[in-house]
Amino acid sequence: MNTTAETHELVGRGARQGGELFRAWFDQLTHTAETGGQAAYVFVMGSLAELLRSFELPVVFPEINSLQTAVRKVSDEYLSLAEDHGFSPDVCGYVKADYALQLRGGEHPMGRIPKPSIAVLTNACNTYLKWAEIWERMYDIPIVTVDVPGTRSPYVQFTPGDFKRDRRYVEGQLRELIDTLVEHTGRPFDIDRLRQVLDTTNRMGRDWRRLLELNRARPAVYDAMLEGTIHLGVANALRGSVEGADYFADLVEEMRYKVDNGIGALVDPGEAHRLIFLGVPCYPIFRRFYQLFSEWGGVFVGSTYMWFASGGLDSEFEYDLARPIESLAEGLLQGVQRAVDAMLFHDQPLIEAIDRYEADGVVYHPIKSCRTVSTGLADSRKRVLEQRDVLCLYIESDMMDKRVVSEAQLKNRIDAFFEGLESRKLRLAAEPVAAGG
Amino acid sequence: MAYAAGVDVGSTQTKAVVVDEHGEIIGRSLLSTGANVVQAAEQAFQTAIDDGEIPEEEVGYVIGTGYGRYRVEFGDDQITEIVCHARGAARMFPETETVVDMGGQDTKAIRIRKGGDVLDFCMNDKCAAGTGRFLQSAAAALELDLDELGPTALRGERPVRISTTCTVFAESEVLSWLARGKKIEDILLGVHNSIARRSYGLLRRVGIEGEITFTGGVTRNEAMVKVLEGVIEAPLNVSEESHYMGALGAALFALERIRKGREAHPAAGGVA
Repeated sequence: MNTTAETHELVGRGARQGGELFRAWFDQLTHTAETGGQAAYVFVMGSLAELLRSFELPVVFPEINSLQTAVRKVSDEYLSLAEDHGFSPDVCGYVKADYALQLRGGEHPMGRIPKPSIAVLTNACNTYLKWAEIWERMYDIPIVTVDVPGTRSPYVQFTPGDFKRDRRYVEGQLRELIDTLVEHTGRPFDIDRLRQVLDTTNRMGRDWRRLLELNRARPAVYDAMLEGTIHLGVANALRGSVEGADYFADLVEEMRYKVDNGIGALVDPGEAHRLIFLGVPCYPIFRRFYQLFSEWGGVFVGSTYMWFASGGLDSEFEYDLARPIESLAEGLLQGVQRAVDAMLFHDQPLIEAIDRYEADGVVYHPIKSCRTVSTGLADSRKRVLEQRDVLCLYIESDMMDKRVVSEAQLKNRIDAFFEGLESRKLRLAAEPVAAGG
Repeated sequence: MAYAAGVDVGSTQTKAVVVDEHGEIIGRSLLSTGANVVQAAEQAFQTAIDDGEIPEEEVGYVIGTGYGRYRVEFGDDQITEIVCHARGAARMFPETETVVDMGGQDTKAIRIRKGGDVLDFCMNDKCAAGTGRFLQSAAAALELDLDELGPTALRGERPVRISTTCTVFAESEVLSWLARGKKIEDILLGVHNSIARRSYGLLRRVGIEGEITFTGGVTRNEAMVKVLEGVIEAPLNVSEESHYMGALGAALFALERIRKGREAHPAAGGVA
């Protein structure tokens, strides 16, 4: 195959396949809803998808359903309905859109979402706990909450043995969950099937990390905010599935090809500024939000979203198939701990990422809906600015609620940020190169 | 000789500045923006060149700034007011490392390198509390002209505490203090304190370093200068030209473009 034909076939394949897989997944959920089948509601952080998949239970991610209403520009209908029922404008937009979705019988722009027959969650997010209680009250379904201990200090345990004790604590809860799932589904627990699913996640995780690593290339080969969100959607929805693992193998092949051939994420203009995104994207104007950066040649080479919402795929951890339940507990523990730490203590990983990806700037995007991911960003920005010669942009909006998204204000700040980056670039070009550098 | 101009189309007022080849201001104008932004920009530019007695054809480059920068249709380029205020402040006060700009609808805290490169900035979001609009609301509630606010507030001795952070509700809070018999001077001093505290919050987010230069329309309010200095516990650089700082910065960028054009095309007469 000649290079042009190869380029035509490979470049953009991931985006096409990702869209197809996502649509197929929603079609499957629609089928479950229409046939009245069982469905497990789970959350992105600590989904336990492998265990549920081993029981052949379809998994539903309310966070993904909700953000899709914003991407499809109908979130305001859902938010208004929930607010009509008494929810405050300050409550998380994901919760409100999901509540309205339940009131509307699962009606969703991507199809129809089945009702939950069970919900499985962790305490990774404080909102998860109260959110699940809504389903419990609406549908009288079992809710299983796995209590996952946090790290004693960001990214570290205080005393040796803490992790082991915590893992045992989580493992005990998982064994209870398995009993509940056996009762709920009427299926026996098949440990070999679990091994198979965990093995598939291991394969997906290896390719996820390769994907993160490949974006160190100049030019970067994908935009971690825009395309990263598609990748995240597939990684969560199809975690532990062969189609999901194959998707990432193909994606890595595509991105490697782009690296080898110097094909960047941006075509016109090319990559001018390498950025790291911190937070959750602005979905109500998602494409435009991306363009506000890309039209200046700004590419997101990294995104904390791809760390804290990847269910621990970003870490080197792999399931030990010789001891699947114990290892699943370990994976859940480290995945949730990493997610929480990545949300709350970002300065050190950010500084490492700035170095690793040779970033010029960091974009902080606190959101009205979620104080958890938005807390402490001003402090983090201060520390990053103290330690690295980069520029930081601080812009506020929301991931669901268009009423607090002001495009004119965003554009003004983003333009000023890039004007600053342009002048930084000129200054660095004028500075003499350090000896040996 | 080629002149350069900057036109700063703000939410409330439009300012224009013309500078000579040394960057000295030789013409300026200030008018209300009103509903017709394009016309306001044109009129401000024409008034500024009339003020400097410069033929229009001798203005080699024009840069638009402010929220209405893209409506400066006769301009050659646009730059945000954040960067322009920084550049203007650095020109007027070369030791400046921190800028606080208080305009009609927003307040900005800007950290810069000496010389004007922006390092960081922070602005009020989706709310006009702590801006000139807050003062306008108070003036409306107290039936005072804007120019009377500063001198009246300076006579205050026991400032009330304005607790609301909303410009709309501030008006009703001002009225409630009046109903409780508080003196207008004390209420106004309280309003100024409230705005200064919010501005200080923005400044702390970017970090206060070096000399601090105060820019924007509210710099004409002497009470605000004094109260803000008190809250920050540091002196502020304020100039007669502070109101024009964004337009000045834009004009200085325009001048740079002319110079670059001259370097690139020495025979072309200097216009980029």
